[in-house]
Amino acid sequence: MSDATVNEYGQDAQFDDYFALLKPRVMSLVVFTAAVGLLVAPVGVNPVIGFASILFIALGAGASGALNMWWDADIDAVMKRTVKRPVPDGRVTPRNAMILGLWLSVLAVGMLAITANFFAAGLLAFTIFFYAVVYTMFLKRSTPQNIVIGGAAGAFPPMVGWAVATGGVSVESVMMFALIFVWTPPHFWALSLFMNDDYTKAGVPMLTVTHGTRVTRNNILGYTVVLALVALGTAFTSIGGPVYLAVALVLNAMFLRGAIGLWRRGDSVAEADKYAAERKFFRLSLVYLFVHFAALLVDAALRGFAFMPQVPVVF
Amino acid sequence: MALGKEHPLHGRRKRSNLLLGAVLGGFVALVFAITIVKMAGGGSMEGYDHTIRYSIDPELKATEADQ
Repeated sequence: MSDATVNEYGQDAQFDDYFALLKPRVMSLVVFTAAVGLLVAPVGVNPVIGFASILFIALGAGASGALNMWWDADIDAVMKRTVKRPVPDGRVTPRNAMILGLWLSVLAVGMLAITANFFAAGLLAFTIFFYAVVYTMFLKRSTPQNIVIGGAAGAFPPMVGWAVATGGVSVESVMMFALIFVWTPPHFWALSLFMNDDYTKAGVPMLTVTHGTRVTRNNILGYTVVLALVALGTAFTSIGGPVYLAVALVLNAMFLRGAIGLWRRGDSVAEADKYAAERKFFRLSLVYLFVHFAALLVDAALRGFAFMPQVPVVF
Repeated sequence: MALGKEHPLHGRRKRSNLLLGAVLGGFVALVFAITIVKMAGGGSMEGYDHTIRYSIDPELKATEADQ
């Protein structure tokens, strides 16, 4: 017996490996959108309560990420993008990923209930359930609508943030939800256009795999049009403002232009330039979401200054 | 018995242990901060304890609650 026993817990799993299970990059997006949802709400929240709530929402998101990595280890092992994740790489055992995911879920929901309110905690619990069970266990492997419906999981955080402040749901929080929900399909389909081989190999029924790239390009354009309507509509709720409206006009014009560009292209053209336009559209989609939420935050900060022009509240 | 030799593994584990310790310490501090804020905010610190007390429901008359 040596003084270093490693086999039982994977290849000497370290703190960073467990942290990687929580999908830190997804978590950072959750932190941001949940914080915006909380900060744009008309009710003030004590900074300590707000900070702790955001932390627990992020922890819940991380927990569902760990559950996803436990369940999807077989898929992750064959996809280039995910093969280095802790479970397929053998650094953490699937069982430990599951245990971490379950306990962190319980901790995150329980602590949010104590810190904020039961409604927000219930919504967080539903988000975890939706991502880990509805999306990961059922939708992902069974239907090309996987990311359309699964996108709801990623869209809940600003709604949870809003619920932390207000204790409920309203048209504003539904619009923030809709913004991420409708944004998700074009975002992931653009990715799947240039990562198609990976999804085919893993047997994940992405739209590109089941219906081909033509249908995917059509759908990207369709969802982008709806997204523009949602994004502009949000400007005319109580959380909208002049900064957001200006930003939404510019970004949606750019995003629509990109989507039309993808729609016009065929695979031969795309392969010729190594999917340059698809990659560019994907990168733009990241900027798109970030800047929209940042603009909501800016408008919230500027509200109340008399010199700011007002956008009429229609919804 | 002290270990004779340091293996790189020990260094990695030490780092992990320190990080986990910091996370747990942070959590304790956070719960403490939340407690202070909640109590300073004057939130109800008196829960239901199987009897009706008018201190948790001012609408009730003292006499009703005492019964």
